[in-house]
Amino acid sequence: MSQFSDYAWMILDGTWVTVKITVVASVVAVIVALLTGVARTSKFFWIRLGPTLFVELFRGTSCYVQLFWAFFALPFIGISLTPFVASVLVLGANVGSYGSEVVRGAIAGVPRGQTEASVALNFTKLQRFRHVVFPQALVAMLPPAGNLFIDLLKLTPLTSLITMSDLTYNAMAVRQQTGSTFIALATILVGYFLMSSAIAWAIGRIERRASRGLETGPRAA
Amino acid sequence: MSDRQLAVEFRGVSKLYGALAVLKELSLSVPQGEKIALIGPSGSGKTTVLRILMTLETIQAGTVWVKGEPLWHMPKGDGLAPATETHLHAMRRHIGMVFQHFNLFPHMTVQENVARPPQIVLGVTSGEAEQRAQDLLRLVGLAQKGASYPAQLSGGQKQRVAIARALAMQPAIMLFDEPTSALDPELVEEVLAVLRDIALEGKTTMLLVTHEMSFAREISDRILFLDGGAIVEEGPPDQIFSDPKEERTRLFLKKIIAAGHRID
Repeated sequence: MSQFSDYAWMILDGTWVTVKITVVASVVAVIVALLTGVARTSKFFWIRLGPTLFVELFRGTSCYVQLFWAFFALPFIGISLTPFVASVLVLGANVGSYGSEVVRGAIAGVPRGQTEASVALNFTKLQRFRHVVFPQALVAMLPPAGNLFIDLLKLTPLTSLITMSDLTYNAMAVRQQTGSTFIALATILVGYFLMSSAIAWAIGRIERRASRGLETGPRAA
Repeated sequence: MSDRQLAVEFRGVSKLYGALAVLKELSLSVPQGEKIALIGPSGSGKTTVLRILMTLETIQAGTVWVKGEPLWHMPKGDGLAPATETHLHAMRRHIGMVFQHFNLFPHMTVQENVARPPQIVLGVTSGEAEQRAQDLLRLVGLAQKGASYPAQLSGGQKQRVAIARALAMQPAIMLFDEPTSALDPELVEEVLAVLRDIALEGKTTMLLVTHEMSFAREISDRILFLDGGAIVEEGPPDQIFSDPKEERTRLFLKKIIAAGHRID
């Protein structure tokens, strides 16, 4: 029976690692998405340039390659990251780059009349963004953002390639040691499903809060 | 020059979209407190006049003066330099605008739409802003709707909230861009009633772009008839509507009447 509890611990331990990577990388992704997404709505080429290159780089290469780079190649130029830090930075930058487009699109989708009304009320550019454009864009961002957080969760097994003992890796280890393929695979199936359900639930709650007033009628109101 | 008494002045203002001239060296003066109605066919440039004043459109030639100060320019040496955002920000406090499509903030309640801007922009305390918002909502007949969201209101109610929101900033000059054009016919009068109150109160300079000819005739001190980006004719309402001097004005009014609108 002690062996069973050992295996249960491995699964729990792996789950905890997966949760940690998902949560921290999601925070990184949100920061990346917001910074690059907002910057890319600028009318100034030089402000758009850096973020655009960053986003295209991370969307144009695979997450797998990026993890290898962050963990095995960066030390050659003097940057050594722990596996955890490399994992959250790469997953965050990768998913954040997709999120960047979500942010940019949502901001661009706020009707022009909203900006004009806030100009007419003499809001500064920052006030327009903070009080008028962003709260409305956020509502449009949340559903695709929820999908991206779930995508991020599903990318976490890749981090075992740079020595993270996440849920998938540990479950495979349990499978090898016990030989019970079905139970190990069923465990990860249920595990990821529960975690992604939790994300969907949380996003749903935030969505309901953020969309007060916006549920009915056209957005232009 | 008695610039100080002028709320608004355009001197030879041209507005171009590429090769298309929307305003052609347009000049006009509006003394403080005057109520002006701009009428004319669509594409005549009347809305553009308001949008330039609200700094929503730039100009390509001429100067615009608001309360004796250049709007799109700043004094520099002996001449004028293009205005900075800081200058535009300082000038905008004189002006408020009501839009054809209301442009209420859908994520804010009616009360917040009216109370938040003075807090954000003018630094008014929340107690004072809330109180003033309630007073203004009462003025436009919507004291009971403070907790509603814009999406729950009729078009006429939305426009009255938009008027209250603009008034909350206490601008000396109010611009109304076809405020009843997007409304169902039965909702027009409730908005006109509010506009009438503001006009009668007297202090505020009003520039009104409208197709409601009898209303324009009733509340305005002067009518400007625009066509093709220029003022074709201007004068007191009775003269413009009863005895227009220009052929183009006559034709326009004929069309309006033919379309079933009253001008008396």
